[in-house]
Amino acid sequence: MPVLGHHPRRMSIHTTPRIVVDGNEAAAKVAFALSEVMAIYPITPASPMGELADAWAQANQTNLWGSVPDVIEMQSEAGAAGALHGALQAGALGATFTASQGLLLMIPNMYKIAGELTPTVIHVAARTVATHALSIFCDHGDVMAARQTGTAMLCANSVQEAHDMALVAHAATLRSRVPFVHFFDGFRTSHEVATIEPIDHHTMRQFIDDDLIAAHRLRSLDPNRPALRGTAQNPDVFFQAREAAEPYYAATPGIVAAVLDQLAEATGRRYELFDYRGASDAERVIVVMGSATGTVTEAVDRMVAAGEKVGVLGVRLFRPFSLEHFAAALPDTVTSIAVLDRTKEPGAVGDPLYLDVAAALREVGRSDTEVIGVRYGLSSKEFTPVMAERIFAELAAPVPRRHSTIGIVDDVSGSSLDVTGAWKEPDSIVRAIFYGLGSDGTVGANKNSVKIIGTNTDRYVQGYFVYDSKKSGAMTVSHLRFGPDEIRSAYLIDEADFVACHQFGFLEKLDMLQHAAHGATFLLNSPYGPDDVWDRLPAETQRHIIDKSIDFYVVDGHRIAAEAGLKGRINTVLQTCFFGLSGVLPREEAIDAIKSAIAKAYGKLGDVVLERNYAAVDGALAGLRQVTVPAAVTSATSIRPPVPAHVPDFVERVTGVLLAGEGDRLPVSAFPVDGTFPTATSMFEKRSIAQEIPIWDPEICIDCARCALVCPHAAIRMKVYDPSIVEDAPDGFLTKAWKGKDFDGMNVTIQVAPDDCTGCAVCVDVCPAKSKEVVKHKAINMQPKDDHLAVERASFDYFLEIPEYDRRLINIGNVKGSQALQPLFEFSGACSGCGETPYVKLMSQLFGDRTIIANATGCSSIYGGNLPTTPYAVDASGRGPAWSNSLFEDNAEFGFGMRLALDQKTETALQLVADLSPQLGALADELMAADQADEAGIAKQRDRVEQLETTLAGIDDPKARRLETLADALVKTDVWIVGGDGWAYDIGFGGLDHVLASGRNLNILVLDTEVYSNTGGQASKATPRAAVAKFAAGGKPTSKKDLGMIAQAYGDVYVAQVAMGANMTQVVKAFTEAEAYPGVSLIIAFSPCIAHGIDMATQMQHQKAAAESGYWPLYRYDPSAVTEGKPALHLDSRKPKITFKEFAATEARFAMLARSNPEHAEELLAQAQQDIDNRWHLYEQMVHVERSAVYAEVEE
Amino acid sequence: MTVDLSTNYLGLQLANPIVPSASPLTGNIDTLLELAEAGASAVVLPSLFEEQIVHDALAVADLADFGADLSPEFFGGQLPEMDSYNTGSEAYLRTLVRAKEELSIPVIGSLNGDSPGGWVSYGRKIEEAGADALELNIYIVAADMDRTGAEVVDDYLRLVEQMRGTISIPLAVKVGPFFSSMANMARRLVDAGADGLVLFNRFYQPDIDLDALDVTPNLVLSTPFAMRLPLTWIGILYGRLDVSLAATSGVHSAEDVVKLVLAGADVTMSASALLRHGPAHLGVMLQGLEDWLTERDYVSVEQAKGSLSQQSSPDPTAFERANYMRSLVTYASSRS
Repeated sequence: MPVLGHHPRRMSIHTTPRIVVDGNEAAAKVAFALSEVMAIYPITPASPMGELADAWAQANQTNLWGSVPDVIEMQSEAGAAGALHGALQAGALGATFTASQGLLLMIPNMYKIAGELTPTVIHVAARTVATHALSIFCDHGDVMAARQTGTAMLCANSVQEAHDMALVAHAATLRSRVPFVHFFDGFRTSHEVATIEPIDHHTMRQFIDDDLIAAHRLRSLDPNRPALRGTAQNPDVFFQAREAAEPYYAATPGIVAAVLDQLAEATGRRYELFDYRGASDAERVIVVMGSATGTVTEAVDRMVAAGEKVGVLGVRLFRPFSLEHFAAALPDTVTSIAVLDRTKEPGAVGDPLYLDVAAALREVGRSDTEVIGVRYGLSSKEFTPVMAERIFAELAAPVPRRHSTIGIVDDVSGSSLDVTGAWKEPDSIVRAIFYGLGSDGTVGANKNSVKIIGTNTDRYVQGYFVYDSKKSGAMTVSHLRFGPDEIRSAYLIDEADFVACHQFGFLEKLDMLQHAAHGATFLLNSPYGPDDVWDRLPAETQRHIIDKSIDFYVVDGHRIAAEAGLKGRINTVLQTCFFGLSGVLPREEAIDAIKSAIAKAYGKLGDVVLERNYAAVDGALAGLRQVTVPAAVTSATSIRPPVPAHVPDFVERVTGVLLAGEGDRLPVSAFPVDGTFPTATSMFEKRSIAQEIPIWDPEICIDCARCALVCPHAAIRMKVYDPSIVEDAPDGFLTKAWKGKDFDGMNVTIQVAPDDCTGCAVCVDVCPAKSKEVVKHKAINMQPKDDHLAVERASFDYFLEIPEYDRRLINIGNVKGSQALQPLFEFSGACSGCGETPYVKLMSQLFGDRTIIANATGCSSIYGGNLPTTPYAVDASGRGPAWSNSLFEDNAEFGFGMRLALDQKTETALQLVADLSPQLGALADELMAADQADEAGIAKQRDRVEQLETTLAGIDDPKARRLETLADALVKTDVWIVGGDGWAYDIGFGGLDHVLASGRNLNILVLDTEVYSNTGGQASKATPRAAVAKFAAGGKPTSKKDLGMIAQAYGDVYVAQVAMGANMTQVVKAFTEAEAYPGVSLIIAFSPCIAHGIDMATQMQHQKAAAESGYWPLYRYDPSAVTEGKPALHLDSRKPKITFKEFAATEARFAMLARSNPEHAEELLAQAQQDIDNRWHLYEQMVHVERSAVYAEVEE
Repeated sequence: MTVDLSTNYLGLQLANPIVPSASPLTGNIDTLLELAEAGASAVVLPSLFEEQIVHDALAVADLADFGADLSPEFFGGQLPEMDSYNTGSEAYLRTLVRAKEELSIPVIGSLNGDSPGGWVSYGRKIEEAGADALELNIYIVAADMDRTGAEVVDDYLRLVEQMRGTISIPLAVKVGPFFSSMANMARRLVDAGADGLVLFNRFYQPDIDLDALDVTPNLVLSTPFAMRLPLTWIGILYGRLDVSLAATSGVHSAEDVVKLVLAGADVTMSASALLRHGPAHLGVMLQGLEDWLTERDYVSVEQAKGSLSQQSSPDPTAFERANYMRSLVTYASSRS
């Protein structure tokens, strides 16, 4: 059977040494070399392209023309596109990187840039667009949403292609004048680490014609030859003028084809506008775009070898869609085509690529070809060669289904093709899977291994990494392949020759060896030696080992690392053992390669780090032991069920399956149709990730409640109750009499949730009560969890049963009172010791039972709303925060809209109550005049509404029916607008500003981590001067924006700047005042973050030092004070008593610069001190400023 | 006739016996120049502190990939990669090279190590960077109840031997006074390869913060009284060992310098007084030394050196245990 098609490695004429990079780096290398201006903005999964470009620019690396590109972070992708547009207009060679919502924000400018025929390239790591839910993973929703803008669209299907097509795009845009979107699959390609042959600058140079650059410059705006662009046109001419550019689009496919020819000549890698591979007389063909092309190709190759007449047509140039090239690439023998779309366009005849292909076939006179559309791979859903085979089978059916989905079970619309069977990968490919913790360096070590093998052998390599949804205790799964040919398998490993478990604790949580092949090798990082380990394995793991004849090895990575002086850093040990066992390299060679990789990776960090890692390498193989496997399963333990027994139906049916890591098998019918999920589910996810948990000593406790306040995970709780309630308490449950007046006569318990605690130790750090006899012993102390688990589990269960203290009787305006309230935000998956979550939890305690939250995209939306569970909880009456996330950029407006709706509903309800007052009698007056300023008032109004509902049932009036649907609006409902500094200071500032000016009753909580935390620590306008951050690697040269002062300028906005660790009472006061204030309230909360480079256990100390240095002055600006003749601004901080330098020295974000570039750091630190002095001086004056009342009592 | 202030220390011919010891003042080029200007005959750079280097390197290594794989949205560590981290001895060696370039007086490197490997490699680097001599700063808090004094002493000697075998520049050894037999220890240090003894080092010692109920180790500046201990031992050792003797701790005034020289010090090293009064104070001390010698018609420092050592003192027992009793008697009699 003749096989047509192009193998990229067919002509090996180029001798450039191969490198191992991911898709982002592969693309960014080219973009950097061929650009002068790069306006960027972080967004997953494209952020690394911008970060790399910025880092290269910081390191003074140059483009093809010897200049360092200007890499500029903007406030949003819209801003990046605007800046790019401007740079292009002024004659620079420009590029940018983005994905998903970011690309959507660029669309208006893309129309403009294309309409003006301006060459540029937008490199896109294709990602799902948020619909019913956000997803950071891959599909083509974003690029398909931009296909109409007039840009050319060039798709790369692999890491090598991301490099090659980047060059093709840059070359072709200059030649065609049509701007290009160069895209590749997010994560699958952008984050896959693979072997590529890089194109050197000399070769790139041959693709770029200086005359074309000159022409681009000549077209630029220049007062020496003035011209006008961006006119407003009218019905008489717009249409014709729009058509004037058409010849450029007509020429583009030919231009791209020519560049591809040139590339083939220069590199030996041959690509076409439409890449066909398969039987030359194929009858059935799959048309596909992106990484799935490689997957389909694997199926095609095998089927063709088996004599089947099939083929795959990979679409490379999607826009302009060249009919000529399409027709030429498709064998004449083809009778049926399946078009694969990685996006869903609801309501369309078919998804976009399907429609294009269907129309193209008609246009090329092949209307008789059967075409079906298959949707696959949304949000990185797995797509495997077996699925490709299934699609070919469908094409062979007498009547193929016209539209279907694959990779899911659609039991609602019945769209899905059923897939059975497994794909057996060729024996020539070595496959390895590694399970690690996010914090244990497993992923980093595996990337390193891939590089070692990719650069030290002639093997091709592939590394792909899967993460879970939590940032604390997150599991990572690394999938590594090594083989003699280029690896195009864009799917996870199903059968591995090597499985490594880097954390012993995983064994009880997941079926570790389910993907182990027969005869595989299993490496376990185990504190137990070869003689003791067997009985510690769950039965499932033992069963696999026996049934699959698995070679089982153990190594005590933690001990060996500690002995090498690298406590906790197990990655080097495990990596060495992998090389020792896998045999991908001869042992000695592998050891040398690991050591030289260590030298490369850690060389900058000094000899000590190198020597200790070398010692770990040497110790690793010495400590590796094979386990003699018994003949029978002996274990009495099994893998833990993902959720406890007796959980709500949805949790059992859906959440539990997700928690078990088996969400893929849930059918469509399992899901809500509109993305609505129940809250109060994190309580079912007993992750039990802490090694040590805080244990209470009531003898010493002074009832200050600080531990409960600061706990980022609501895993330390305080409950106050009548002593009689706990008479039947189980053994080990601790209680004590309350000491102060707040809860006179009551008892109190400080209780840890042992399976929910992450072990961050922030609670212990803030505990002020020390033993008189042994000072290190506090009222709570971190102790080994295993010693206390049974007792604390029973105690916590009992604790939950104790009724909550009556809210109406609590003074919620102080720390103790606030912590006697039930947290309605608990057990989030935020980083252990998170600086944001204590504020969110406090808000939930104070107001959660009456709050709607508008949450900006970012950390708080991820720990707040990332499946499988949500930390937002409910109280005994079922009330709790209702939560939604719209976008990153619109959160203030989103919350504002909620307020408008609530106000509208309240107004209508009041009107209806008034209209129905004859029937309602005194109740109507009470409802309308209700004072809901405090908990008691709100509770009374709730009672009245309940009474109203009963009364309304007996009133036969359409108004009563309407009021029934609106009655709840008579009870006070808060809107909290929550988000990070990236939202508030940058991308959402315009909207925030508008909402600040609205005068409506809104509460805005800015969790200020001073960087884009969720995307890994990029600088925002909240980043302080002198701090290093991504995009500010040389230290941020400008000062932090004073958002609070900007808000104060309106005069009627309540503004508080708080830091929990600095003044806990002030924080609680600020929250209660903000909520009570009837206009807009803004709380800017200092939120330490792992991106600050601090030990998160001590985050509260950092907050204290931040305030004491004047770096983070605490204040409250209360416009209502003006009516009492007082100044609005009240400083809650004292005059700075330590220098900024003293504070800065304790945080790596500042200290790193002092290390790397001491002189520059010194300069920036001095300037930062000036910022502080200057601001303090200003605030001190502001304290005395009297304003006339812009504030007016807002009608409630 | 002007008095000859020169002295020989570690085989280095120095213009006078006043040398600023390791302190923040000697870690900065500007203050080093001020010290030289004030008349310092040599300088001892601050100690390259191996424990600190190791701590920093490991901390930076942790930070470099801190939080790297906690989320698929993170790329690399939380902090950007820096051009360099200066975790090793580079910054120290740069200062040393610069000091050699800028100063015409000898520059003595100083090393405080805690591992054999570290000693050797850093000692070699300091030599290669151009130091005129190396001062080895050893201080072992022997808190381990399972280790005998002899074993601890062996640790000291092994470290000195290793360093002696590594470098060819002169080697001074700075130790504390807490040995059962200081005199024997001194001889064994010399036998192990020390060209000079620097007596004595002072280290962080814990204090208690009564507000925070916390133990806070720190170093307080020395008082003039602290020079009595080096004075005692320099007096005892002078003339009995073929070794240079440097007095350090409590050298605050010209009088202190004179006393130590009379006891037998080749050089006197000052830090606290210079930190308290500024680098120019060295000039005051130097002038005071010269004045004292001139007024009493000494022709040189060498002439005065050791003239009141135990060997040359009219009352050798004054340096030993009897001294304690005598002084009490004297004190008692002066009151009566």
